Amino acid sequence: MLSRTADHLFWMARYMERAENTARMLDVNYQMSMLPQSAGAAESGWRGLLGISELTADYARHHGEVTASRVIEYMVSDADNGSSIRSCLMAARENARAVRGTLTTEVWETQNQTWLEFQRMVETASFQRDPAAAFEWVKFRSHLSRGVTVGTMLQDEAFHFLRIGSFLERADNTARLIDVKFQTVESDTSGFGQGAGSTTRRRFDRHRSQPVTKPIPPTAASGRPAAAASSSSPAASQSQSQSQGPGRAAAAPPGTEVEFDFYHWAAVLRSVSAFEIYRKVYRNVIQPEKVAELLILRRDMPRSLAACMHEVVSNLHQVANEQSHDTLRRAGRLDADLQYGRIDEILATGLHAYLTQFLERVNAIGVAISRDFLVPVAP
Amino acid sequence: MVSGFDEMRTAGSEVRMHYRGYDRWLTQQPPQFMRTRRDEAEVIFRRVGITFAVYGAKDEEGNGNERLIPFDLIPRVIPADEWSVLEHGLAQRVTALNRFIHDVYHDQDILRAGIVPADQVLGNSQYRPEMKGVHVAGGVYSHIAGIDIVRAANADGSGSYYVLEDNLRVPSGVSYMLENRKMMMRLFPELFSSHRVAPVDHYPDLLLETLRSVAPPAVNDPTVVVLTPGMHNSAYFEHAFLSQQMGIELVEGQDLFVRDRFVYMRTTQGPKRVDVIYRRVDDDFLDPSAFRADSTLGCAGLLDAYRAGNVTLSNAIGTGVADDKSVYAYVPKMIEFYLGEKPLLANVPTWLCREADDLAYVLDHLHELVVKEVHGAGGYGMLVGPASTKQEIADYRVALLADPCRYIAQPTLALSTCPTFVESGIAPRHIDLRPFVLSGKSVQMVPGGLTRVALKEGSLVVNSSQGGGTKDTWILEA
Repeated sequence: MLSRTADHLFWMARYMERAENTARMLDVNYQMSMLPQSAGAAESGWRGLLGISELTADYARHHGEVTASRVIEYMVSDADNGSSIRSCLMAARENARAVRGTLTTEVWETQNQTWLEFQRMVETASFQRDPAAAFEWVKFRSHLSRGVTVGTMLQDEAFHFLRIGSFLERADNTARLIDVKFQTVESDTSGFGQGAGSTTRRRFDRHRSQPVTKPIPPTAASGRPAAAASSSSPAASQSQSQSQGPGRAAAAPPGTEVEFDFYHWAAVLRSVSAFEIYRKVYRNVIQPEKVAELLILRRDMPRSLAACMHEVVSNLHQVANEQSHDTLRRAGRLDADLQYGRIDEILATGLHAYLTQFLERVNAIGVAISRDFLVPVAP
Repeated sequence: MVSGFDEMRTAGSEVRMHYRGYDRWLTQQPPQFMRTRRDEAEVIFRRVGITFAVYGAKDEEGNGNERLIPFDLIPRVIPADEWSVLEHGLAQRVTALNRFIHDVYHDQDILRAGIVPADQVLGNSQYRPEMKGVHVAGGVYSHIAGIDIVRAANADGSGSYYVLEDNLRVPSGVSYMLENRKMMMRLFPELFSSHRVAPVDHYPDLLLETLRSVAPPAVNDPTVVVLTPGMHNSAYFEHAFLSQQMGIELVEGQDLFVRDRFVYMRTTQGPKRVDVIYRRVDDDFLDPSAFRADSTLGCAGLLDAYRAGNVTLSNAIGTGVADDKSVYAYVPKMIEFYLGEKPLLANVPTWLCREADDLAYVLDHLHELVVKEVHGAGGYGMLVGPASTKQEIADYRVALLADPCRYIAQPTLALSTCPTFVESGIAPRHIDLRPFVLSGKSVQMVPGGLTRVALKEGSLVVNSSQGGGTKDTWILEA
C-alpha cells in the first residue's frame, strides 16, 4: 500500500477518534455543570477541558471569559480552532476523500455523510439548543464509522493502519482525560497530583496549517476538595486541611462534598462509558485509585490505556516491515509496562508524572510509525 | 438557420419510435414524481460525494470548492442501429489517429506526402520532439480517447452525426457515464425492466484490460496505477473512482520516484515497481526535469524511464499533436491515407484561419460562425457568432486578426435537443455525446458514452465548467 494512502487512513481514524473524545469530554463537563455548584467550580471544569486540549491560551486570545456556551461553541463548531469537533470531522473527511478508493463505499459514505450532517447541524444551531443530544450524535457517528470499518473492510494493511490510528489517538485522549480529572480533584492533595506543573506537551498533529503545540497550563490552581477520595487514596489523608479550593469553599457546605465527588467520578467514568463497567468489575463504591486502575491498566476495558496499547501493538505486528523493528520494540515495551504494571506503584511515583511520561511515549511511537510506514512528520 | 432536430420528437411533434416506451411511461407519472426523484438524486450524489471541483470557486457557505454536476433525469436514447454506425466510425477514426501520431514521431509519411502541412504539425506547441523515434508499447498512443459527437439538423428535418472534437490527451467524464446509469437504475428500476438498455458497467474492466495490454513487453504481471494531480483537481472524483473500480493504486507525483530508469512507488513495505501509469496529469506537468520545472504533480526522471521503455504512460506523451482543432480538419484524409477507407463519421466543415482565403471568409461571416481557439478546451475562448453582441464580435475580430493561426471557424450547428427536466418543467435543451474509445491490443468501447446537456435555454455550451449537466445515455436494442 502507498505510504501516503496509509498516512491518510491513519489520520482519518485519529481525527474521528479525537472528535468522539472531544464530544465525550464536553458531555461530561456539560452534565457536571448541571449539578448545584459555584460559578467558580463550573468555570474550572471548563478551564480543565481547555487545558486538556492545550487550548487555554488560544481560547483566552479569542474569547477571554470562560463560559459554558462559549467553550462549547469554541470546541464544537469554531472553524478557527483546529481541535474543534468541526475541524476534526472535516479533517477526517478530507483524509477519507483523499483515499476514498481504498475505503469501502460504506466507510466513505459514512464519513462524508457525517460531515454533511454536521454542517447542517451547525447551520440550524441545534448544538446550542440541545448540546447533550449533539454530543451523543458525534459519539454515535464515531461508533458508526468504526463499526462500518470493522464490518466491511478487508483486513489488510488499510484496515490495520486505521486501527492503529484509532487506538493511538484513544490512548492519548484517555490519558489526558484521566490526567486533568485527577488533577482537578487531587491537585493540592499530595498523592495523585504530585509533580503537577506546567509540563510542555506536544499534541501530535497533522494536516493542519497551525500546529497545536501549546503548553499545558498549570492546573494546580483549579483545586477542588477530595473528601471522599481521601479515605482510600494512599496519601490524601494528611491534606484535608488544604483541600478547600478557592472557588469551592463559599459555594457548598462541607456535607455535600462526598456527594459531589461521587458525581465527579461517576462523570469521569461515564465520559469513557465505564460507569457500569466499574460497578461490574469492582462491585464497590467509587474510589479514585480504582478508577485510575480501570482506565489505565484493565486490558478488558476498551478505552483503557492498556487496551489501546495492546491493539496498537497487535496491529503494528500485522504491518511490520524491514525498518520497523525499533518501533515495534517501543510499542511492545509500553504495552508490557501496562500489562504488568500495578496501580499502587503508579500512584507512588505520581499519577501526573506517570501520565506525562505515557503521553511522551505514545507521541514518540506515533512519530516512529510515521517515519517507518507513512509520510514522516516534520520535526 | 434550419429548425432544430429533437431527439424525442419529429418536427410534427410525433414521438420517435425509440422514445415511445419512455414517453408512455413518462405521461403516466404524477406531476410531482419527477421533482421528488430529482431531489432524491441530488441527496444521493452529495452523500456519495460525486462532485466536481471548480478552481477557485467556493460553495454557498464559502467552504471548499466541490460542486455537483447537474444530473438530468430524462435519458438520451439512441437506437442500436444508429449506435452501430457510430461505433464502427469511432473505431476507424481512433485507429487512424493513433497511426497518425505514430507516423508523426517516426517516418512522417503523411507530411512527406503533403497531406497534412508539415509546419502545422512540427511547429505545433503540442508536438513533443522528445518523442521522436521513441518506441511505445504496441505502437498505440491514445489508449483512452473521448470523441465528442453532435447531431445537427439538416434542411429536410433529418439529423446527421458529426464529430466535433477528438480528445486524445486526458479525456474525462466516464465516471459520470457510469454513475448516471447507476442512479437511473436506482431511481427508475421499472424503466430498465421494460427497456432493453445496453449495459455500460464493464467499462473499468475494459479499461484495465487495455492498460495491462500495453505494459512493457518484458513484464508478466504488470503493476498499473492511476496518477492524479490530487484531490483539488476538478476530476479527482473520477480518478479515485476508476482506481477503486479497477482495484489499483491511486498515486500522486510525490508517491513516485525513478531509480536507474525504472519507476517506483513508495509503499508501506518499501519501493514497488510501476509498469503502467494511467496518468491524469497533462504532459507539461509529468516530469519537472524534462518539462515544466515548477511542476509538483509529476515525477523527475519519468520521461527518461518512459523513453527507455521501462514504463508505459497512458496516454502517451505528445498525443496533443493530433487533437488540435486545426489538425482536426485533416482527420478524414488521415483515414483514407492510413486505412484506405472512406470515413464513416463526418467532420464539421472547418475553416482554418491560418489560410488567407479561409480567414477572409471567416471575417466576413463572424456573426454566423463559431470561432474557436486551436488549443482551447472547456468551452473557453470561443465566439458563438449568432449569440454574440456586435461589441463581442468586434473584440473577437481584433484578437483573431492579431494571431489568425490560433483560430478555426465552423458553421453554427443546430445541435440536436433532448427533453430535459428544468425548473419550468420538461423543455428541449441542446446536447452532445462523448463516447470513450479504448485502444490496446484491440479497439473497444462500451455502448454509448456521456451525454452532456446545456441547461440554459438556447445555450450551445455543454461543458460542465460552464453550467452544463449530464444525462444517462441509452443504447436501445430493438
